Amino acid sequence: MEVITEEGTAKRSGSPGISKMRKQSFYDNIAGYLFIAPMLILTVTLVIIPILLSGVISFSNWNFVSGLDGFQFVGLDNYTRLVQDESFHRSLFNNLIMIAVVPVAMFLALVLAVLINKATYFKTFFKVIYFMPFISSFVAIALLWRVLYHPNNGPINGFLRSIGFEHPPMWLADPKFALISVMIIMVWTSLGFNMVIYLAGLQNISRDLYEAADVDGASPLRQFFRITLPMLSPTSFFLLITGVVGSFKVFDLIMVLTGGGPAGSTSVIVYYLYEVAFVNLESGYASAMGIILLILILLVTLFQWVGQKKWVNY
Amino acid sequence: MRSIKLNRVIVTVFMGVAGILFIMPFLWMLSASFKPELDVMKYPIEWIPSKWNAVENYKQVWAGAVPFTLYYWNTTKVTLMSTALSLIISAMAAYGFSKIIFKGRDILFLVVLATFMIPTQAILVPQFIMYRWLGLFDSHFGLVLLAASGVLGTFLLRQFFLGIHDEIIESARIDAAGHWTIFMRIAMPLVQPALATYMILRFIWTWNDYQNPLIFLRSDSLFTLQLGIRKFADFSGEFYSLMMAGAVSAILPLLIIFMIGQKQVIEGVAMGSVKG
Repeated sequence: MEVITEEGTAKRSGSPGISKMRKQSFYDNIAGYLFIAPMLILTVTLVIIPILLSGVISFSNWNFVSGLDGFQFVGLDNYTRLVQDESFHRSLFNNLIMIAVVPVAMFLALVLAVLINKATYFKTFFKVIYFMPFISSFVAIALLWRVLYHPNNGPINGFLRSIGFEHPPMWLADPKFALISVMIIMVWTSLGFNMVIYLAGLQNISRDLYEAADVDGASPLRQFFRITLPMLSPTSFFLLITGVVGSFKVFDLIMVLTGGGPAGSTSVIVYYLYEVAFVNLESGYASAMGIILLILILLVTLFQWVGQKKWVNY
Repeated sequence: MRSIKLNRVIVTVFMGVAGILFIMPFLWMLSASFKPELDVMKYPIEWIPSKWNAVENYKQVWAGAVPFTLYYWNTTKVTLMSTALSLIISAMAAYGFSKIIFKGRDILFLVVLATFMIPTQAILVPQFIMYRWLGLFDSHFGLVLLAASGVLGTFLLRQFFLGIHDEIIESARIDAAGHWTIFMRIAMPLVQPALATYMILRFIWTWNDYQNPLIFLRSDSLFTLQLGIRKFADFSGEFYSLMMAGAVSAILPLLIIFMIGQKQVIEGVAMGSVKG
């Protein structure tokens, strides 16, 4: 668009205009680079160079304590090791299970959003309430839930005992329940975000559609399935993708809440990566894991591009 | 009409109850932070403490063995500096990418956008090594730079700059205003709401960040609040009342900021569909 107007004015004003235009575009080039320079320099040095380095280091058995002398290429060794590493498998598996948080949070958020949008007073009040966990730090949230989940005398088990469960789960202390416990917290923290996005989506649906459906005598339930749900499909798809990508990046919560335990039952890729890189000091191996993580996220994003065209109703 | 309204009241009450259940953990935390240690784990829960120990608990947090005030100050400093720097850098880049035509602009923007997909954990090792070489390791300045790069802010603000009509920029240029003048005098004031949104979001994310301080700080005197409460929690061991007082102290300032700017935060999140 802008290019066309530029040419248009140049033609109209004749040859002196063209030289002025050239000067102008020269000035624009300089100004453009200057404006984006600070951001670009930071992004290149802090993100682009590191990811390239990460790729290089992933083919070595380097650790950063040994200095540059200890740098040795080992080919694909790190990657083949990942294929055999059971701790990595378990972390990857836990990550895949944790994806289940996304549809659950989305479903609850959708129900809440529809109710709040159509049938309540004090909308802002509800938005604020459900948004509170989202803006609280994961460290504080993890400390809080660690106490709530306390197996012997925490309030959750106190409640469960009072309504008749003799032997409530040990939550974070039990390898079978630890991951579920973490996932409950994740649903709790992400509900507000999902709900707010759904509310925004609901506002965009034209009222005419519902009025037309009312005239045709469609029941509210039918309206929900035939109008609301399809019209929200772009929103749902967006939430699904950001949710899945986000679930791969949960680090703070795991780190403070369980430290991957008990017995590795809540270890996830990013946590295992941290352990390998900064506790075991195996930079090469950790970098290989980082690259695999990147590839996983790229795959999800690719799926987004393809899927958006196929499954989303506009 | 009347019956519809009644329905609405019923749903509101029902939803209100659900909402209170939802924030019960926070209420429990607040109540526990006021109690003497022995009453914290009592069941049935005493939502309003029968014995108050609030002053002593918070005194332990703020004036106890762990230098909480220092951590608070460190976090405030890092957060304010990151937010300010990030705001300037991303607003400039956003203006450049939307209102100036220059060679390679669209390709550069795509490259920048692509970095968005890179998970921070995948570049932690090289960043750590580079920081040690560059002498940025274990410094607040290093943390500020990490939070300031602002790809997200660039993307968010660009959407708003695109909404400014080109005629406004053009007419200013005919009056011989340079891009910097246009940026400062015309473009920035026009996107003020977006700037406010991004500012609050950046503030919240930096304040809450745990991963970067954990990796890039070592000296206790530089610790941020998030590292601080973790340390305080380890320090107070099984003293849950103190732990909760620490957690409340960490969350409260943000909650207040959020309450004041809730409209910007919620609308901003919905608009830019962004997630930290």
